[in-house]
Amino acid sequence: MNIGELLRSFPELTVTGVTQGAIYALVALGYTLVYGVLRLINFAHSEVFMVGTFAALFTWGLFGLDSNTERPSIGVALLAILAAIVVAAVTSAAVALLIEVTAYRPLRHRNAPPLAFLITAIGASFVLMEVAGSLTVRRPFGVPALLPSKPLFDIGGWAVTPTQVTTVVVAIAMLVGLDYFVQKTRAGRGIRAVAQDPNTAALMGVNKSRVIALVFILGGLMAGVAAVFNDIKTGSTKFNVGFLLGLKAFSAAVLGGIGNLRGAALGGLLLGLIENYASALFGSNWRDFVAFVALIALLMFRPTGLLGESLGRARA
Amino acid sequence: MRVFGGVAAAVLIAGSAAACKADSEDGGSAACGLKIGVFGALSGDNAGLFVPAKNGVDLAISQYNEKNKDCTVELTTFDSQGSPDKAGGLATSASQDTKIVAMIGPGFSGESEVANAIFDQAKLPAITPSATRPSLSTKGWKIFHRGVGNDLSQGPAAARYIKNVMKAEKVYVINDQTAYGAGLTDEAKKVFGAGMIAGEDKTSEKQTDFAGTVTKVKTSGAQVIFYGGYTAEASLFLKQLRAQGWTGTLVGGDGINDTNMLSVTGQKDVEGTIATCPCAPATNAKGTFVADYKKKFSVDPAVYADVAYDLANIFLEGIKDGKSTREDLNTFLGSYNKAGSASGVTYKWEASGELDPAQVVVWAYEAKGGAWVPKQEIPKS
Repeated sequence: MNIGELLRSFPELTVTGVTQGAIYALVALGYTLVYGVLRLINFAHSEVFMVGTFAALFTWGLFGLDSNTERPSIGVALLAILAAIVVAAVTSAAVALLIEVTAYRPLRHRNAPPLAFLITAIGASFVLMEVAGSLTVRRPFGVPALLPSKPLFDIGGWAVTPTQVTTVVVAIAMLVGLDYFVQKTRAGRGIRAVAQDPNTAALMGVNKSRVIALVFILGGLMAGVAAVFNDIKTGSTKFNVGFLLGLKAFSAAVLGGIGNLRGAALGGLLLGLIENYASALFGSNWRDFVAFVALIALLMFRPTGLLGESLGRARA
Repeated sequence: MRVFGGVAAAVLIAGSAAACKADSEDGGSAACGLKIGVFGALSGDNAGLFVPAKNGVDLAISQYNEKNKDCTVELTTFDSQGSPDKAGGLATSASQDTKIVAMIGPGFSGESEVANAIFDQAKLPAITPSATRPSLSTKGWKIFHRGVGNDLSQGPAAARYIKNVMKAEKVYVINDQTAYGAGLTDEAKKVFGAGMIAGEDKTSEKQTDFAGTVTKVKTSGAQVIFYGGYTAEASLFLKQLRAQGWTGTLVGGDGINDTNMLSVTGQKDVEGTIATCPCAPATNAKGTFVADYKKKFSVDPAVYADVAYDLANIFLEGIKDGKSTREDLNTFLGSYNKAGSASGVTYKWEASGELDPAQVVVWAYEAKGGAWVPKQEIPKS
């Protein structure tokens, strides 16, 4: 235990933890959306995220930016990030939809048991990861430096860089937007209806297939945005970038209460913070250990996660 | 596992019996159609560390085949991606191919621990051009040989460089908890002494977010980091350090002495980084090696290419001399004592498989303008 280290670095650990948490939260939403509607853990979601990281890198390539170029001006950097968000979100959503149509929909039509879906999800994940692996020779790719590294503001050790601000602001905007979409719009009502009771929803005229496709697309969009900021934050990407992050994001979704959108957001944030504080307290090698012990401890007392389970029954 | 071993041994005995027979008919001249294996990370995060060595072996074998067109030797590659998980299966299949009489590799220490145990059972002689964990020579493997110095020389040398050449007052020590990284930092720490170490932390393989460690380094005030580990994590770590405004120097071992470290980190962020290596600069290699290598692969030879070239030539010399079985080649290595044509190092092994300590040199390389530039040989004390 190194409490001194934790106290000394508390501001910075909090800031970087929130940033990482924002990325977890965005990816966690994809797990939670699909689970809420289908009761399916879409393990291939980590690869939806991975494809997004490459789509962003590709977009920056079109801007003539690579890991050796000088930082562009703020205007160009923001434009490049915006373009990458659009391209990565659309690409990820397309991949998510592709997985649903090719892997899950045929199983659903044949009334396959839940285990078949789970195995298919793991299989789809490996297929995508290995395809990306062989296309990229399993090589890591460096990401261009975009936003300035100089802190925007620094109050008593609470130094926050432009990258961190952008990540958190965009993540919050996406979360609020998604929440609004699911709570207030007609399509969102359809999602909640299917989540609560698929058969009754179908009787009431909700097109179940369309709703399912929609949640995959929404999850993909969120993962694409997360991918852009993960690229910027870690400074590189490679074919298996989604594996560990996917596991963490899934845990974050469980922590908050799987199937619950606000829970996923809260879970992501908490996991990011716990990890950072734990690495200061016990050393970075204990980071994942402590995070998962915390997860298990919490689930012992609140088996359905922090905010409860269901998308349909989530309290507003 | 035991059953598999038995089958492998049976196949082996049958194979070597056949080889012996062919040998006796030829009356001791070179055996034909034999294979030399190369075992290491040919793809993946850390491939940049081992591909040059594979190229070195490739060059040696093609030159040999040019001269011996009627009796050639074949190169067989085993792409472990540097991972101990994959090493077991590949090592077993290499052992079962009785045409394979010699092995260059494995490239890394972790995979060596798995693969060499299997090679030892199959009596397949192996020389690693790059695995530097000291304990590899203490496992009792009769087939193990190391063509370079180990981390008992590299770790302290890197520490001496930080202490005496860079004259750093404080150093932050980090390792990636692999067989290689942990060993390297353990040796370096003995030289630093407690007073000089500003702090310590550990990373893990496949980690991508280093925020916690970055924060610790920054608050410690250390301007030098000694990182025991590989490029895959070191490049991201350094990039994230720079993004948080850290301006110090990262020093690593041969595990970061590859081109991915430069390209993934980015030229600006990696500039000034130091990588040590228990090898002299491949670009300064003797004879026609550098020119031949550039002609064949259109790039400058990089880390361990010259060493691997020389090691492959030792095996080829043995084969040319009529040593056509694994056992014969292993015995041949035991009494070998000649200088390599490219590296200039005299290859002579102790019974443990370690290179004669008098031959070990450690160099420091600096990242400069997008390349690893040889800086200086690190003084031995």
